[in-house]
Amino acid sequence: MNGIASTTALTALLGLIAAWLVLGALGLARPNSIRWVARTLFPVGALIALGVAGAGAVALTAHFSAQTAVLPLGLPSLHFHVRLDALSGFFLLLLGIAGAGISVFAAGYFRAGEGTAPGMMGLQYHLFLASMALVILADDAYMFMVAWETMALSSYFLVVTQHRLPEIRRAGFLYLLMAHVGALGILLCFGVLQGGSWLMTFDAMRGATLAPAWASAAFVLALLGFGAKAGLVPLHVWLPEAHPAAPSPVSAMMSGLMLKVAVYGMLRVSWDLLHAGPWWWGLLTLGVGLGTAMYGAIFAAVQTDMKRLLAYSSIENIGLIFAGIGLALLCRSFDMRLLAALALAAALIHSFNHALFKSLLFLATGSVMHATGERSLGKLGGLIRYMPWVAGLALIGSLAIAGLPPLNGFVSEWLLLQAFLQTPQIPHAFLNMIVPLGAAIVSLTAALAGYVMVKFYGVVFLGQPRERALEQAHPAGWLERTGLSWLALGCVLVGVFPQVALDVVGRITGQLVGATVQRGPSPWWMTPLASNQASYSGLWLWAGLVLVVAATFVLVRRFYHGRVRRTPAWDCGYRWQTPRMQDSAEGFGQPIRHLFGPVFRMQRELPLPSDPQPQYRVQIEEHFWHALYLPLSRFVLRTAERVTILQGGRLATYLLYSFLTLILLLVWVL
Amino acid sequence: MAHLNLATQVVQMLAGALLLISFAMLAERRSRRLLILLVWQGAVLVASTLLVASTAHLPHLFYSAALTFVLKVCVLPWILFRLMRKLGIERDNEPLVNVPTLMLVGLGLVIFAFGLAQPVSALATTVLRNTLGIALAVILLSFLMILARRKAFTQVIGFLSLENGLFFAATSTTYGMPMVVELGMALDLLVAVFIFGIFFFHIREQFDSLDLDQLESLKED
Amino acid sequence: MSATAYAWQVGECLLAIALAPLFAGWVGQCRAWLQNRSAPPLWQPYRVLRKLFHKDVALATHASWLFRSAPYVVFATMVVAAAIIPSVTTDLPLARVADAIALVGVFATGRVFMSLAAMDVGTAFGSMGARREMMIGFLTEPALLMVLFSAFMAFGSTALPRVVEVVLRQPHIMLHPSLFFAAVAFVMVLLAENARLPVDNPTTHLELTMIHESMTLEYSGRHLALIEWAAWLKLFNYACIGFTLFMPWGIALHGAGPGLLALAIGALIAKLVVAGAALALLESITAKLRLFRAPEFLTMAFLLAVLGLLVHLLLEV
Repeated sequence: MNGIASTTALTALLGLIAAWLVLGALGLARPNSIRWVARTLFPVGALIALGVAGAGAVALTAHFSAQTAVLPLGLPSLHFHVRLDALSGFFLLLLGIAGAGISVFAAGYFRAGEGTAPGMMGLQYHLFLASMALVILADDAYMFMVAWETMALSSYFLVVTQHRLPEIRRAGFLYLLMAHVGALGILLCFGVLQGGSWLMTFDAMRGATLAPAWASAAFVLALLGFGAKAGLVPLHVWLPEAHPAAPSPVSAMMSGLMLKVAVYGMLRVSWDLLHAGPWWWGLLTLGVGLGTAMYGAIFAAVQTDMKRLLAYSSIENIGLIFAGIGLALLCRSFDMRLLAALALAAALIHSFNHALFKSLLFLATGSVMHATGERSLGKLGGLIRYMPWVAGLALIGSLAIAGLPPLNGFVSEWLLLQAFLQTPQIPHAFLNMIVPLGAAIVSLTAALAGYVMVKFYGVVFLGQPRERALEQAHPAGWLERTGLSWLALGCVLVGVFPQVALDVVGRITGQLVGATVQRGPSPWWMTPLASNQASYSGLWLWAGLVLVVAATFVLVRRFYHGRVRRTPAWDCGYRWQTPRMQDSAEGFGQPIRHLFGPVFRMQRELPLPSDPQPQYRVQIEEHFWHALYLPLSRFVLRTAERVTILQGGRLATYLLYSFLTLILLLVWVL
Repeated sequence: MAHLNLATQVVQMLAGALLLISFAMLAERRSRRLLILLVWQGAVLVASTLLVASTAHLPHLFYSAALTFVLKVCVLPWILFRLMRKLGIERDNEPLVNVPTLMLVGLGLVIFAFGLAQPVSALATTVLRNTLGIALAVILLSFLMILARRKAFTQVIGFLSLENGLFFAATSTTYGMPMVVELGMALDLLVAVFIFGIFFFHIREQFDSLDLDQLESLKED
Repeated sequence: MSATAYAWQVGECLLAIALAPLFAGWVGQCRAWLQNRSAPPLWQPYRVLRKLFHKDVALATHASWLFRSAPYVVFATMVVAAAIIPSVTTDLPLARVADAIALVGVFATGRVFMSLAAMDVGTAFGSMGARREMMIGFLTEPALLMVLFSAFMAFGSTALPRVVEVVLRQPHIMLHPSLFFAAVAFVMVLLAENARLPVDNPTTHLELTMIHESMTLEYSGRHLALIEWAAWLKLFNYACIGFTLFMPWGIALHGAGPGLLALAIGALIAKLVVAGAALALLESITAKLRLFRAPEFLTMAFLLAVLGLLVHLLLEV
């Protein structure tokens, strides 16, 4: 029965992915009709996504054994191999659930006049989804790379939807460039992994034994390649440009889903294809992850554009995920299996959480942009009154990202910190002192994320509107609300049932690490280690908070009263309060800018005391642009110019080249 | 952890206090308070030596403790206080390079010292051998303090703190140094402080301040 | 778990809620004595609460539901925290709901809701308070976490009742140098988080020097009463966390009879008296730091906590 279920799952999955492709093609039938593409086809796409999630969930059940198949596509000597096991099942579940919410939102979001025809966008959208699913299912390097490139290309076209604007084209170009740099790294990594057999299937790679130097080379290439796609510092520069440039559902997909596919790739290569390596692999990943997390959080705190802020927040969360992976690798190299399983579980659950809450927030910013036409934080404010649903659901998303109990962000953070707590047991003199400090950095990052989310939510939704036009903002449509609610529900459920998430992830850790985190007493309690060591229950915490709030409310009303009088705001008696006297986005980020000054590259224009109309300007950029990328691009251009000397333009020169090559070959052969 | 008797535990606490004082000295801006911290450091040293002397039954450590008390708690601080008053720097408030960065570098040095000391501690035979790491950390932190300071007076305090760390290292790993060595070191310290005093007056005469950045103007340019 | 355990759980919660204003009143009295003033009576905070509950709420015209519900949420987080911290007994069935790390998270939830509510009315002072509070908050969280780590290293558990049990059941006196560092760091974090000198002056009237107070400027009536009560509860909770980690003697263990529980309450009150006096003393001898010296203060706290951890690894393993 299980075998039948397994093969059915894989076949069903392939059928659903094909259905997505068909759906995309159907969009071309009437390319300019919003009603056909957005209102009809996208909801069907959401249902297909739910099906994909279901098939992924089947792969995570207790007695599922990995299923493989060979498709009659691809090269004659290398057909497409596909494989459905616990790891791919988990990421398909993630893809399906978040993808469903995003598709429902997109059904209500897209409107005509964006730049690209809706039919084309529908095709690119579903191609994007299908290629991500194929990357997750791929079981040989060729199919992996084909699907990876399709993913990059379709997302590029989605990013430049509004291709008439030059800055969007520029952002898209940067994105494509970095995607290919990453793809190159991955390709080289696969090239090293095949270990001489020249069979590019993952099974062959699993069986190959590599010399330690080659294994390390493969690992570093994988980290570079997948890190470029995931957004690890310093290969992250495309993220803050591409995510704001894309339409909001596309940003949500890229941030919520595509970055997780990169995480999947890293996990597949470092845990499945490579065997246990030296401890510096783990330390490198941990260090890069923590640095990325801090960097992302610090930069997010000083942004003035909604979507750039969320993009940097994505960088921060990816950093935390990679930190968890690094910790797990470190523990694996010392054969501390339970600890590795715990850290890996934290990383996986965080990936799932991030897919949910980051998509939620990006979609919420989409609604805000549609309602107000503004993207800059300096022109928003007070939207909680005009868009109550979006504001409420965005509150859930913001609290979840900030890692506050009892929502889902806290669960993965708690697990990660519990994993760090055990690290002083590492049998290495310096590591057992340095690695626990990672917990401090994780905590600092989490606290900074709280800061960033208070800034984001407070400046956009709370306070008074900073522009008069905001009072015309209209609330979101029912499709948009459904999509947002679906994702918010996911956030709440994972927060309330953390042990379920831990059990689901346990199948994966069992397969990859060989150990599972302990089963708790019930789905509502989480006790990953011994129950007297640490325990957490999301449900009881929710219940406690709700109970106390209700009791306080009732008691106060019963013994005193509930009268309210509406008056103007007190503001210490200052009568001439205007909405522009609230904190701007720059203002709210000022403490971080002050504390972490050297991290930024700032250009400030301060007004003089004698200015009749004083103006204050600050521009914050990253050091990496000027220190790394611009010199690199200048070097490349200079080298390219030197190479153009070869193209003399004269016919005689080219004939000379041919002649010289002929002589060279004759000499070499004879 | 194997159960140690109460006196040894108190000595470990004093070692912790020593580390705390070294960190506080790193972050302290006022010269007068720095000197008071140095006196406390000396007092902690005396207390720990006395405790080690009583638990290990080593009478020569009593003499060592007495010497330390006379020198580091009474004589040297008195000389330095008088110097401070004569130079008029009692209320000096020195600007420090970014304190949080300094603290983080100090933390790195502590990790380094602890990691380094672990294999060495395993070779020693005293009951307090684990505190070698702390002594090493105090030494490194004092070095950092000397590096990070701009005024000559506070650098001298760093130098004395360095010597305190060395003394603690000796007490914890080898139950003190031979008496001759100790007396010699004590005399050296005394003479050094006298000479520092004379030099301070000369520097101040020449440059009108004790800011050692002024010494850069001696460069041939 | 037996019904008596649940009864004691609820009782401990109610005791915390009842004692918190008294503790705040005691600290105020000590401060007044140290400043050679005559103090208001010890139960003045209760009178303040009663006065505020009777008054109407004067709500800004454009305040939203978030502003109106924040006092309840903040109060609830502090009450739930009081239920988790073993101030009188370790026999707390609901303490398994959250360990020390989750406790830090619960405090963070309260802080975030306060900040969001402060930004809701859209005044300059509200957002200033929110920004400063979040800045202090993001620096204290790592420090507090490292303190808890040191405690975990020393006692083997992050669940607070378990920590108390381990300490009270050990046969010999164990002095941990790491806990000494952790204690100093904890006191510094306590001062920062509860808006005490030298980080923030709780009795200031100058808005530009306020951190915590400016977030409560717009509240009135029962909302203000709940927020003030929550602030006093927070101080009480932090004091109890300090007792749990560093001075747990007197707390009744599992299976203790009513006599031992009465003794535990007496021990708690004695510890609170001493702690309140010490807090007032600390506040009276330090001057308020400039706002951007506060990060230095908190970095020092963080470093001390990390040092405690390292010293544990060096000396106590």
